[in-house]
Amino acid sequence: MSGFRKGIEETIPALRRYARALTHDRETADDLVQDTLVRALRSEHLFHGGELRSWLYTILTNLNRNRLRSLARRPTLTLLKEDDAADASSPESGARDIERALAGLTEEQRSVLLLIVLEGLSYREVADVHGVPIGTVMSRLARARAHIKAHLDGTRVALRRVK
Amino acid sequence: MIEPRAHVTEDELHAYVDGELAADRQPAIEAWLDAHPDDAAQVAAWRAHAAAVRARYGAVADESVPDRLTLKKLMPQRWLRVAAAAAVVFAFIGGGAGGWFARGASETMPTARARVTQDALEAHTIYVVEVRHPVEVAGSDRDHLVSWLSKRLGHTVRLPDLSGIGLKLVGGRLLPGPDTPAAFFMYEGASGERFTLYVAPLKAAQTSLRYAARDKLGSFFWVDQGLSYVVIGTPDRGRLQDVAEAIYAQIDGEPLRKHAALD
Repeated sequence: MSGFRKGIEETIPALRRYARALTHDRETADDLVQDTLVRALRSEHLFHGGELRSWLYTILTNLNRNRLRSLARRPTLTLLKEDDAADASSPESGARDIERALAGLTEEQRSVLLLIVLEGLSYREVADVHGVPIGTVMSRLARARAHIKAHLDGTRVALRRVK
Repeated sequence: MIEPRAHVTEDELHAYVDGELAADRQPAIEAWLDAHPDDAAQVAAWRAHAAAVRARYGAVADESVPDRLTLKKLMPQRWLRVAAAAAVVFAFIGGGAGGWFARGASETMPTARARVTQDALEAHTIYVVEVRHPVEVAGSDRDHLVSWLSKRLGHTVRLPDLSGIGLKLVGGRLLPGPDTPAAFFMYEGASGERFTLYVAPLKAAQTSLRYAARDKLGSFFWVDQGLSYVVIGTPDRGRLQDVAEAIYAQIDGEPLRKHAALD
């Protein structure tokens, strides 16, 4: 197998992780990964060296942006499941809190934060993936973190009030 | 004690958390955090967020990859051979489509036809089964679809209206194509049968409609004024020919020019 295809194959688990966190939906995430892989494989002749992993993250990020744009044209509601939210002390409550906090971010903020803290990309690589200067990456990251903090603090405040 | 620089910026605190800080700045930030509990709490919170994200999603990478996402599924063997052949050709010519076409189109025609048809078949096979997003731009956005793809192909793309033969436009998408970007349109009949039209620039002489059948699919290929067309769908040749001729008639209706107006 060529180095190109081997490189793609080795990145699939990480792409699935990123897509799952980005969309919070298993099917949608795997659809995105599939489209990313199909595109990458068909574009092998367009890939002129460089960071294969960053290139794949770029394709996936762009596909997700396209997906959200087309969703925006026909309004759809995606709600996180609330049915089992009653037991806030269960071990999963922390996981649900972070899911909701992520869901409240803009698409760009969520992607920047996930690429850095979950996928371990450098600021420079994230700037390349998003096609923006590093300063823009920094401001998106700062806003993402501020929003998450506000969301989690708000959740805690709400829980205290309930008690 | 290290005298903290007057301004430790928020950017530096992020960089500190994300391991992006220059090593020589590290002690200054740590001293600053010792002296500024609010900032230290901020940094601790960011670390906790990152840990929560990793705790929630980190294990996804350890799941076994579903079958549909394996390269074996995504790259049928026949396509591998075409890709390998293409790679050899590209290496030999030493660069892109310009070089390819500069060699004279007529002698490359059989290969070019095979490549275009293969690409169209692959696209058909991949996207025709898609329920959720078979196209990038929906058929309701027809004008946008035509202007976008015309611009990307550098040719005026004509989008036939097949409602007269009972087919509705689902929409279209841009494909990388074997050599140049290609436009891809999908039509759907009332019973769900789908036909696709693939359009890619190809410098070759005009041809008539040519039929080929493969993998339980039928295809018609032709070249007209710098664009190659592939219509793919049912192996029922009569039915497919009706569709292909309807498309051919509409595209042939007006002279095509090299596209310039939209650039």
